[in-house]
Amino acid sequence: MKKLVAGIVLVNLLAACASEKPKESAAAASAPPPAATAPAPQAAPAPVVMVDPLNDPASILAKRSVYFPFDVSAVQEDDKPVVLAHAKYLSEHPDRKVRVEGNCDERGSNEYNLGLGQRRADSVKQMLVLGGAKASQIETVSYGEEKPVCTEHNEACWKQNRRSDIKYQ
Amino acid sequence: MALRVMRGMVGLLLLAQVSVANAVLSIEIIGAGEHQIPVAIVPFGGDSKLAQAINDVVVGDLQRSGLFRLVDPTGKSPHELAEVSYPDWQVRGADALAIGKVGLLNNGRIEASFRLLDVVKQAQLVGQSVSANDDQVRAVGHRISDLIYEKLTGDKGVFSTRIAYVNRLEKKHYSLIVADSDGYNEQNVLEQSEPIMSPAWSPDGSHLAYVSFETGHAVVYVQSLYTRQRMMLADFSGSNSAPAWSPDGKQLAIVLTRDGSSQIYLIQPDGGGLRRITFSGAIDTEPNFSPDGQSLLFTSDRGGSPQIYSMPVAGGPEQRMTFGDGNNFSPRYNPDGKGFVFTHFVNGKFQIATQDFQTGQVGILTAGGWEKNPSFAPNGKLILFASEARDRGILATVSSDGRVQQHMFTQSGDAREPVWGPHQ
Repeated sequence: MKKLVAGIVLVNLLAACASEKPKESAAAASAPPPAATAPAPQAAPAPVVMVDPLNDPASILAKRSVYFPFDVSAVQEDDKPVVLAHAKYLSEHPDRKVRVEGNCDERGSNEYNLGLGQRRADSVKQMLVLGGAKASQIETVSYGEEKPVCTEHNEACWKQNRRSDIKYQ
Repeated sequence: MALRVMRGMVGLLLLAQVSVANAVLSIEIIGAGEHQIPVAIVPFGGDSKLAQAINDVVVGDLQRSGLFRLVDPTGKSPHELAEVSYPDWQVRGADALAIGKVGLLNNGRIEASFRLLDVVKQAQLVGQSVSANDDQVRAVGHRISDLIYEKLTGDKGVFSTRIAYVNRLEKKHYSLIVADSDGYNEQNVLEQSEPIMSPAWSPDGSHLAYVSFETGHAVVYVQSLYTRQRMMLADFSGSNSAPAWSPDGKQLAIVLTRDGSSQIYLIQPDGGGLRRITFSGAIDTEPNFSPDGQSLLFTSDRGGSPQIYSMPVAGGPEQRMTFGDGNNFSPRYNPDGKGFVFTHFVNGKFQIATQDFQTGQVGILTAGGWEKNPSFAPNGKLILFASEARDRGILATVSSDGRVQQHMFTQSGDAREPVWGPHQ
């Protein structure tokens, strides 16, 4: 059972990687490709109600990452609106699931950072739940310092790595 | 003794079936020991190619230990006891002299016969034959180095032991590698596109436990180095990590987040008997068993910053071990049980430090930079750690007195989280 779940998560992960940019995510991808023969650019615009705010680059939901100070795992004031917006979205879309991935800079041991990254993921999860999401909609995972987006030894780099990513499945 | 040598060779032979990674490396030695023993190593007689290979290994091993000064043997080449003229070596200042012969037997095995002589007392210290398969010439060299080291220092040699580490090649290529103690003879145990962490040797050297992210989160595996078979040891929700074997091999300490923050649990190597042993609500991680199996050292931030703590394995009071400025991580017991080595982080720099249990005295062994993940050689005389040079993660060792350092550059990528294996 567990293996099956892991397999599904992996597949989803790959899908998520392929659609990193918000505007390219699930709903957009599932829209039928424009037929080569169909000109009709002046057709009526799609009704607003059909737009998933998750796919709107102007929406606060386009922000999927929250950042942390060194050795801190509490969500910072600046990022609370982002997390709470995702909480609201999840509460309104009970069929949607997210995976929250915690990351750290390299200033700690690999194992300590794995624990810290888990805390960073868990603190985002807690705020999502406080904001109305169900715990069952949220999976948390830590990559510690193992998957840095930036590998130089300086604060400009470290601050990018001290991060939790909210990834829709 | 001969039997033990043979058994070691069998182990090496089996390991050789594991896929062979690209060869290492360059080695740089920094510093010198306080009291170096002057020793002359005469290139062996017999098969000159084998002799040269063995000589390179032995000279390299002895130099890296920092405990020996190699006396130039040029001009004299005795291979038999009867050919030795002690005054020749006394004049050159050698205290000890190693001579021998090597050849390929009819059955394809290498056989080296070797003698270590006390130049001052004009007596033989050891005479022995060492044999191995023809692709194990380095193993023959390491065994001879061990014999020389043991006879001249009184401590068990560690040249025939192995190390394990993780190599990261770019962002999407991770290997778990086992190599000889000098970094040569690298063999891939696992190679994948997801991170690998925290290799840990079983006490008999037959298995590695490690953490892999191949299923999307941190899971602990145990893998046989002989059969390559592996099993998932812990795959609970959240992170499963930081495996450490008890000295009797009957249980491991691991760290799970399934019940909240990182906490330490005990588990049997077959996955049974899971039992939680820390209840702090903080991050408790990096457990390491004392040589007598009674205590654990671990890292915890329960006091507000990551520091080293100790606790009885059976449960009981937990005690903070490190104080003062900075954060401390990754404790590992000295094999003598009298102290531990750890990573000290202060003023933005990581360095390797040791602390004595009785006096509490801290010794800083390295200059400070990106020096992490120390582990003792099984004889307690050297410490292996991860360092950085020329913008790459490298393997490094430092003598336990801090006097001699060695940098080992793997061929490519970043070497991470090295750990020294046991005597076999």
